[in-house]
Amino acid sequence: MGMLRSLVLAISLLLGAVAAAEAWSLTVSAAISMKDAVTEIGRGFAAGRPGVTVLYNWGSSGELQKQIEAGAPVDVFISAAQLQMDELDRRGLIVPGGRRVFARNVLTVVKPADSRVDIAKAEDLAAARITRIVVGNPRTVPAGQYAEESLRALGLWDRVRGKLIFAENVRQALDYVARGEVDAGFVYTTDAAVRGGAVKEAFRPAEDSYRPIVYPAAVVAATRQPGLAQAFVERLVSREGQAVLARFGFQPSPVGVR
Amino acid sequence: MMSPDNLTALRLSLQVAVAATALNALVGIPIAYLLARRRFWGKSLLDLAVMLPLVLPPTVVGYYLIVLLGRRGVLGAPLYELSGFTVAFTWYAAVIAATVMALPLLVRTARAAIESVDRDLERAAYTLGRSELRTVLEVTLPLARNGILAGLVLAFARALGEFGATLMLAGNIPGRTATVPLSIYTAVQTGESAEALGLVVALTALSCLVLVAANRLGARPA
Repeated sequence: MGMLRSLVLAISLLLGAVAAAEAWSLTVSAAISMKDAVTEIGRGFAAGRPGVTVLYNWGSSGELQKQIEAGAPVDVFISAAQLQMDELDRRGLIVPGGRRVFARNVLTVVKPADSRVDIAKAEDLAAARITRIVVGNPRTVPAGQYAEESLRALGLWDRVRGKLIFAENVRQALDYVARGEVDAGFVYTTDAAVRGGAVKEAFRPAEDSYRPIVYPAAVVAATRQPGLAQAFVERLVSREGQAVLARFGFQPSPVGVR
Repeated sequence: MMSPDNLTALRLSLQVAVAATALNALVGIPIAYLLARRRFWGKSLLDLAVMLPLVLPPTVVGYYLIVLLGRRGVLGAPLYELSGFTVAFTWYAAVIAATVMALPLLVRTARAAIESVDRDLERAAYTLGRSELRTVLEVTLPLARNGILAGLVLAFARALGEFGATLMLAGNIPGRTATVPLSIYTAVQTGESAEALGLVVALTALSCLVLVAANRLGARPA
């Protein structure tokens, strides 16, 4: 029974460690393309506020939107597109006055770092040598929605459709490329930078082929700590926040866009 | 209640489950026999490996399958070099994931059924000059038939409901790898609860049928 006893002990220790981490917490649901930058900004945010912990819920903006609609206990929502935020606004689920657009991004097509497949322009995606292309599922993933927009504008959607593999979020798309499971994938330039050793840029779709990629953030209406939540949103547009975002390759928020 | 997309998912699920059950019969019945009747080196290791998917999270099984069969996997890389074919994100990937996840249910049930066959009858066959293979085919398996069939039915049900390992190895591609459980997940995520409901009802009804069939055959849930 020695083994059983040590198992019970190990589980109790783990439970104790988990319980100790609970304190004043702010839950931020954020588009997964923002993972590295927002974690960094949140670290600075919590550092100046003793006792405050920031918890993150990463996913595709569409998935996070549905969770908030279903009543998820979230304080701040950060979306990779206006569409999902507009939808929550329409349903009265966010605080409209505190909504801020705080960053912009650019779409790119990447291939595995060791790929020998020649992909230099959008038309190449339709070539027979390319069999699998990953995009975020356009139903829930903004990066996939932008990719679909771009492919349609370039007249390529119907020609590449049979090659498309849908990912649950943009980082999964990135991972499929990094693992070499697909020939190419649509991600943001900031994602490509995160896995610089495993993927390389093939080409960038013309920026006028999709709508501008902007990130809005807002306080969720059901929050029990609106002050703290709004402070987090303001941190994103602050000088400190913008400096972190620039370091991760995001472009500054356009003036006057909400 | 059943949209064309739902029907596609349902047909795909049935195809995957049938194929996985066939593979299970091919692989699982010999394993069950070996575990029930033979002593050999590594027997408890084989037993452990086959039973692991029963307790491991499907995502862990999915991870192993990617390491094994991905385009850069242990088996996947040479296969891709030789043939340009990759299992991941295809219909086959869904079948493999479902097969591995369902295997313990068949092996457990079939092993118990084979163990309950009277050994004297097998010995009698041997004394009459029958080889082991013929004894298995003419004596052991026919006597263990109900238990093996029940195991196959349970494996079919498990294959029908497989989610995690399938998602990881086969992805969630509508019409190709998006089986009913995956389609339900997508439908709920995108807020299409009517779509989800249709599939939920269909899968529940199908699973009830399967359980009733397994009970009739005298299987205890493994």
